[in-house]
Amino acid sequence: MSTGSTSGATGPFLDVRDLRVEFPTEDGLVRAVDGVSFTVKRGQTLAIVGESGSGKSVCSMAIMGLHNRKSANISGQVILEGEDLIATSDEGVRALRGQKMAMIFQDPLSSLHPFYTVGKQLMEAIRVHQPVSKDEARKQTVAMLDRVGIPNPDRRVDDYPHQLSGGMRQRVMIAMALINSPTLLIADEPTTALDVTVQAQILELLKDLQRDFNTAIIMITHDLGVVADMADEVVVMYGGRLVEHGPVNDIFHRPEMPYTLGLLASMPRLDKGRAARLDPIPGLPPSLIRLPKGCVFRPRCTYHDNVPDGRCDTERPDLLTTAPGHEVRCHMPPELRRTIAAERLGARFEETA
Amino acid sequence: MSGYIVRRIISMVLMLLLLTLVVFLLFSVLPTDPARLTCGKACTPEVIAANRHNLGLDLPLLQQYWEFLKGLVVGRTYGSGTQTYSCDAPCLGYSFKRGEEVSVLIKQGFPATFWLATGAFVLWIGVGVSVGIYAALRRGRWQDKTVMGISLIGYSLPSFFIGLVLLYFVVLKWELLPYPSYVSPFENPLQFLQTMILPWIVLAILYAAFYMRLTRNQMLDTLGEDYIRTARSKGLPERTVVRKHGLRAGLTPIVTAAGLDLAGLLGGAIITESIFSLPGIGSLAVNSVVDADLPLIVGITLVTATFIIVANLIVDLLYAVIDPRVRLV
Repeated sequence: MSTGSTSGATGPFLDVRDLRVEFPTEDGLVRAVDGVSFTVKRGQTLAIVGESGSGKSVCSMAIMGLHNRKSANISGQVILEGEDLIATSDEGVRALRGQKMAMIFQDPLSSLHPFYTVGKQLMEAIRVHQPVSKDEARKQTVAMLDRVGIPNPDRRVDDYPHQLSGGMRQRVMIAMALINSPTLLIADEPTTALDVTVQAQILELLKDLQRDFNTAIIMITHDLGVVADMADEVVVMYGGRLVEHGPVNDIFHRPEMPYTLGLLASMPRLDKGRAARLDPIPGLPPSLIRLPKGCVFRPRCTYHDNVPDGRCDTERPDLLTTAPGHEVRCHMPPELRRTIAAERLGARFEETA
Repeated sequence: MSGYIVRRIISMVLMLLLLTLVVFLLFSVLPTDPARLTCGKACTPEVIAANRHNLGLDLPLLQQYWEFLKGLVVGRTYGSGTQTYSCDAPCLGYSFKRGEEVSVLIKQGFPATFWLATGAFVLWIGVGVSVGIYAALRRGRWQDKTVMGISLIGYSLPSFFIGLVLLYFVVLKWELLPYPSYVSPFENPLQFLQTMILPWIVLAILYAAFYMRLTRNQMLDTLGEDYIRTARSKGLPERTVVRKHGLRAGLTPIVTAAGLDLAGLLGGAIITESIFSLPGIGSLAVNSVVDADLPLIVGITLVTATFIIVANLIVDLLYAVIDPRVRLV
């Protein structure tokens, strides 16, 4: 793991504290993100992992200020280099978007405007933040397209998105996000819609660019392979809450929260052969309107009998530190959690030793 | 692209041919005898027979149709001997009822219809689209609900009702405007405007109500697209997001609808023209049906259908200009 090079700055580069995002709906209040806290350093990658509906995308949209504040209640703090974005005006956050922080999305075809050439869309991103001429913006655009590995960038710049392949489109998205050298990049499942071979290229490109620009990356994904490849730290989200948080090695080799165990166990493994059945997590994600009273994961947890007095049904577990930098939200005693993890993920433990 | 246009024009001509055939056959089975209609009460069977022959109505049906098509392309001559009348191409037929060529009658009716349609078009596109955008940007709030309520009312009111109510109050009761009497705008602009303003409003209410809904829904769909989120994440001001990214994509389908609606109206707005006694193609169509003026009915049907078919082609070509993903092959 690299140690972030926060040049001169005190404290972390991005500090998210007790972030809550709620949507009032006719059926009730949807608590999409419920008290999430984490930090990211420059040059480092934080992965946010969880199922669909776990709040990971909502969380990242909140950091970018992309929720409509009239339809979403947002509270907590998102401190980017000392400035609390939640307390900043819409206009203030807008000026930071695309400049200091940028985002790339899952489906590059639907994320690019079909009626404008990629060049126009990139130049627009430059000119909204920098007072440069069209010619200069075009020059920067071609250079950036070249940088993200698009062949013949001086011709491709005039192509429409539908004329490019999926991988090329995602490269365009990355170019557009990084064109103003932002220090924070949020990547929302950037490889999910791509072929596996292209996925690897895109991840390599991101790592490469991260080194160049010393960017902090928040990688939202449900692909643990991507996490292993990219992340320094991992946040596991479930039902809108952070349930486990730690360095990538801890999460992969010493997970403690039963949900994280389930995620790891449901990964197919080549070394076990086809005879080994996948081990899915039983049940469905919870409704964010009527969350279970006790532990949010309780209805799907197979280990709740280990906790006396049915506390899993009545009491929300707190997020407690179990090792340096490793936090877990579970009622089971830490020793028991480690034993269970060791049994369930035996093979993986041997690798680390 | 040019290959595409040629193919489209060929299929357009085929479609029109089919249309003439259908219209022709439809009216040939009518119980009315067009030859009987050519002379008044004191008609002898001899005169009727002579007229029938002069009009070519004694020919077999297929040959009549052929003569009609020939007239469209090269013109035709009615009658024989000293009593002949030549009708130049494109000859849509000769209305004995009105003693005039059908194409001349339609040409006379066209200006009133043209001004009615284009004036109403400008009004309803201006109002409908801008109000629709406004409603979309205030989705779910009281402004949106009010606009949608008004649009529903406007859409539900029949044009003859709105037309008669306006005529009664504005012209007859309050005497704010003189009684409508159509003149060319180049002859008397003031009287033209005074005559046209109510018909414009009547037509525009109906269409604007529809276009408000259409625009609102299109804009809402578009503003929910991923590329709008991308535009916001680039840090573009909301105004640019809506105008440059939202409108461009959201208004494209509206171009299609608008083109076809305008073409349809150029074929005559029957009810509105009748209420305000505008001498347009719509009034002409109503009168031709009342008089069973067969050649005129066929002619108007053909002209109206041509407008729509041509508009269809124009809209399709325009679409390729607007949307780079559309390739005309």
